[in-house]
Amino acid sequence: MSAVKLENPALDPALLQERRMLLKGNHAVSYGVMRCRPEVIAMYPITPQTPIVEKIADLALTGEIDAEIMTCESEHSAMSACITASLTGVRVFTASASQGLFLMHEMLHYASGARTPIVMPIVNRTLGSPWGFWPDQTDSLAQRDTGWIQFYTEGGQESLDMVIQAYKIAENPDVMLPAMVCHEAFYVSHALEPITVPSQADVDAYLPPFNPEHRLDVDRKESWGNVVTQEMFYRHRRDMGISMSHVPDLVTKADVEFAERFGRGYGGILEKYRCEDAEMYIVAFGAMCGTIREAVDQMREKNLPVGLLKIRLFRPFPVQAIQEAVAGIPRLVVMERNYSPGLGGILHQELKAALFGMENAPLVHGYLAGVGGVNVSVDRIEELTRKALAETPVVESVWV
Amino acid sequence: MIETKKHYDIPEEDVFLSGHFACPGCGEALAVRYVLNTMGPDTIAVVPPSCISIISGAQPYSSMKIPVYQTTLEASAASAAGIKRALIRQGKDHVNVLALAGDGGTYDIGFQALSGAAERNEDFVYVCLDNEGYMNTGAQKSGASPHLVNTAFTPGGKPTVKKNVVEIMAAHGIPYVATATTGFPDDLARKVAKARDMKGLRFIVVLTPCLAGWGVKDDEGVKVSRLAVDTGMWPLYEVEYGTKYTINRGPQGVPVMEYLKLQSRYRHLTPEMADELQRETDRAWELLQARATCVVSVSNAEPIP
Repeated sequence: MSAVKLENPALDPALLQERRMLLKGNHAVSYGVMRCRPEVIAMYPITPQTPIVEKIADLALTGEIDAEIMTCESEHSAMSACITASLTGVRVFTASASQGLFLMHEMLHYASGARTPIVMPIVNRTLGSPWGFWPDQTDSLAQRDTGWIQFYTEGGQESLDMVIQAYKIAENPDVMLPAMVCHEAFYVSHALEPITVPSQADVDAYLPPFNPEHRLDVDRKESWGNVVTQEMFYRHRRDMGISMSHVPDLVTKADVEFAERFGRGYGGILEKYRCEDAEMYIVAFGAMCGTIREAVDQMREKNLPVGLLKIRLFRPFPVQAIQEAVAGIPRLVVMERNYSPGLGGILHQELKAALFGMENAPLVHGYLAGVGGVNVSVDRIEELTRKALAETPVVESVWV
Repeated sequence: MIETKKHYDIPEEDVFLSGHFACPGCGEALAVRYVLNTMGPDTIAVVPPSCISIISGAQPYSSMKIPVYQTTLEASAASAAGIKRALIRQGKDHVNVLALAGDGGTYDIGFQALSGAAERNEDFVYVCLDNEGYMNTGAQKSGASPHLVNTAFTPGGKPTVKKNVVEIMAAHGIPYVATATTGFPDDLARKVAKARDMKGLRFIVVLTPCLAGWGVKDDEGVKVSRLAVDTGMWPLYEVEYGTKYTINRGPQGVPVMEYLKLQSRYRHLTPEMADELQRETDRAWELLQARATCVVSVSNAEPIP
């Protein structure tokens, strides 16, 4: 039943120290998971997520990961098992993408309803039909109403670090909600980068063991999931909202503490890059932020005063932090890699809703720049930035 | 061979309580009593949407003095497996995990998760309470509904036969597969105890007459259950590791019509249809006997490594 392990795996103590490795974004996630010591790991393959759980299987064979490994027959079962293992009181892990995430959809609501702080990386990939394997964030964005915390990361190191932070935030007794750490297909998942894997001792000091107040236990006899009244359901959902409202401050705090211990920080909820004296912010999340940084550098050299506003936390949507970040800025242009037919770019729409009623709110342009994984180059970003500066925004997201 | 009795002296733990929400005379409540009270208090139960989820009680009440997790209709086996894996990590391997699902949640929508758990030989007991349809939602057809039966979805009679979930589960090679029914509670309790004390995936399917859904008189549930066995429509047997067959009680020479005529779900049957069901039942019994004899002769039951 349990995974086969090599006999007497002689763990080299050096493996527990901080390690500098050349890793794909997905494998960076695997090593981050290893340091978080999950006890039950459920896995099912789907491109482009598979390397995350393949590497975990390898690390379990060598003894670097000590966990129950469940090789499930579907993502639906993987998530179902994660929920109950978490409810029984252990830290759990799974990962998914695209169609697999959609097969889980029912259980995503179940997970947040059961207040199970599962951490699940999502490797953003287009949804069929037609088939594609390309970076597109519509898969995880379409889960935005499931009660999961959502982080969007730009590269492998950030993904590794956010897995660790996500457990800390999700398992906070004031939160107890599951979290997705989303990075994009291939641009991040399969790109090799030099990665720092933190030491086990540092992660243990940063991330306390999971010890939930409630659990499935024959001595406690607590149950979960029974039919409730309307009033109980109302209170339950209201309480989930209260827990969500604690998340932004805890994200900031987790990032500060992480930076103090590990020497790397990401700005918490959002990051401003070269935003001083900017006439316009380019608002984005995920891998495109890396390219936008270069484009901003290029445009600054040409005295075009623009900056990057990178959204890292998408659920809960950090309305207050965004309003504060854009106060006094005349224009925003959203460039995104997702699409909701009949609505437009999802970040564009959420951003406009967040600014509604704000005094002197900036104009907001919405460009569907990278839908389906089409390349958005540095020059393309400059071209789109100049276009936004020259035109009046329309209500809809624009196919550019 | 097991016998019918009027009085039973079955040891019971105090796990399933009176005051539950089942209909008067419910076969499923009777089955749950012997299943839970045999499994004992060191048990965590998983229940999908079904009559059992109603019987187990609405928040904040519970008819079961053990932790119960209510999962989604297709996820019972995966949910049970997740609990057991966590218990193993916590050093609580002695705690039993029990999935209590209906036939819709087993034969149909829950089958993928069940088959996956069986292939991985996950360590829990799965009890299917088979009332041959989606009775909780008003008696619609499931994969467990028998041939020619009237359901809300097959008002003219179901055109196809009942899925043979016993043989399908046995084909996974899991340690234990058994049939049982409420009319033979000592046999049911013995099988649950046997399953409880084994490791790996153990599967018991219990035929539980649904008085409302089958159109059976309030006081005839047990009688119908016994006739299901004695007509040969529900033989009681066990299969260990997919190979070792033990038949506990087969048909007693009672025509199937004696079973069918007590249930309004069969009242549309013509004599020709009844004959067809008799022939199918006879053939199924012959097949089971042949399988029981022949498979044992070629292979001893071997535990899965």
